[in-house]
Amino acid sequence: MKSAVITFPGSNCDRDMADAIEKIAGKKPQRVWHGDSQLPDGLDFIAVPGGFSYGDYLRSGAMAARSPIMQAVVHAAERGIAILGVCNGFQILTESQLLPGALMRNAGIDFVCREVPLIVENDRSYFTEGYKKGERILVPVAHHDGNYFADNETLDRLEGEGRVAFRYAEHVNGSSRDIAGILNAKGNVLGMMPHPERHIEKLHGGEDGARLFRSVAQTLLEKTS
Amino acid sequence: MKVNIFVTLKNGVLDPQGRAIHHALDGLGFTGVNDVRSGRLIEMDVDDDIGDNALDSMCRKLLANMVIENYRIEKVK
Repeated sequence: MKSAVITFPGSNCDRDMADAIEKIAGKKPQRVWHGDSQLPDGLDFIAVPGGFSYGDYLRSGAMAARSPIMQAVVHAAERGIAILGVCNGFQILTESQLLPGALMRNAGIDFVCREVPLIVENDRSYFTEGYKKGERILVPVAHHDGNYFADNETLDRLEGEGRVAFRYAEHVNGSSRDIAGILNAKGNVLGMMPHPERHIEKLHGGEDGARLFRSVAQTLLEKTS
Repeated sequence: MKVNIFVTLKNGVLDPQGRAIHHALDGLGFTGVNDVRSGRLIEMDVDDDIGDNALDSMCRKLLANMVIENYRIEKVK
C-alpha cells in the first residue's frame, strides 16, 4: 500500500499517524508538505492528521482547506483514493467540502481529552471492515471543535445512506445525533474526531484504532491484487 | 475603500461561546440580558474598484462557512 501523510504548519499528529500506518501496513508513508501542489504518484491512501493547522485561524481547518496540497487531495478523492481525516483532518475535509457539515466549538466549551466509547455504525467501508456493526470500541478524543453540525436533511441522508461510520456511545461534545465520524457518498473518504492512531498498541491503553488501519491495508491490498 | 464583513452564526445554530459570555455576564451581576450570540468582524482595506460580486465571492469561498454562518458586507465611507 502506497500512502502519504500531509503536514500543515501546526499539525501535531502527523508523526503518530505516519508511525501507525508504518507499523500496520509495513511501509513508511511519504510525508507531504502543505505547500506542495502535487501528491506523489500512485497513492492508495492519504491521511490528513490532527493538530491546529494555521493556528485554527478563521475557523478550524479553514486555512488548510485552501492550501495548495488540498486541491490535489480533492482531486485524489474524486479519483476514488482512500482518504482519512482525523480531528483537525476531519475539520479540513469538511472545510474542503469533501464531507458535508461543519465542526463547531464543543457544546460544553471545554477542550475534551479522554478515551471515549464509540459505536461502529458502518462496517462495510475501506476503513471499517475490520469492525462489526453495533460493536463498541474505545478510541481517544482530544479536541475543542468537535461538535458536528449539519442540517436535518443532511443528517437524514447520512443516516439513510449508511454514511455515519462511528457514533459516540455517550454525549461528548454536543454533536448532532452523537456523530463521531462520517463517510462521503462514494465511501472513500472518512472524517472522524477520535484518534485511531493513538490506540495502536497495548501500551497506548487499547488497540481498537489499529483495526482501522488494518482494514485500510487489507481492503486496499485486496483491491490492487 | 474600507469594508467590514460581519460573520454570524445562522439562526438555530447553537452558539456555545455566546452562551458562555451570557453566563459570564450573569455572573457579573448584569441583569436583563436575554440572549448573546457571538460572531466575527473582518475589517478589510480594498481597492475602490473591487465590486460587490468579488466581495461576495470572498465571503462564500473563505470568510464565512455557509453551512453554519451568514455574512453581511458593510462598506465604510
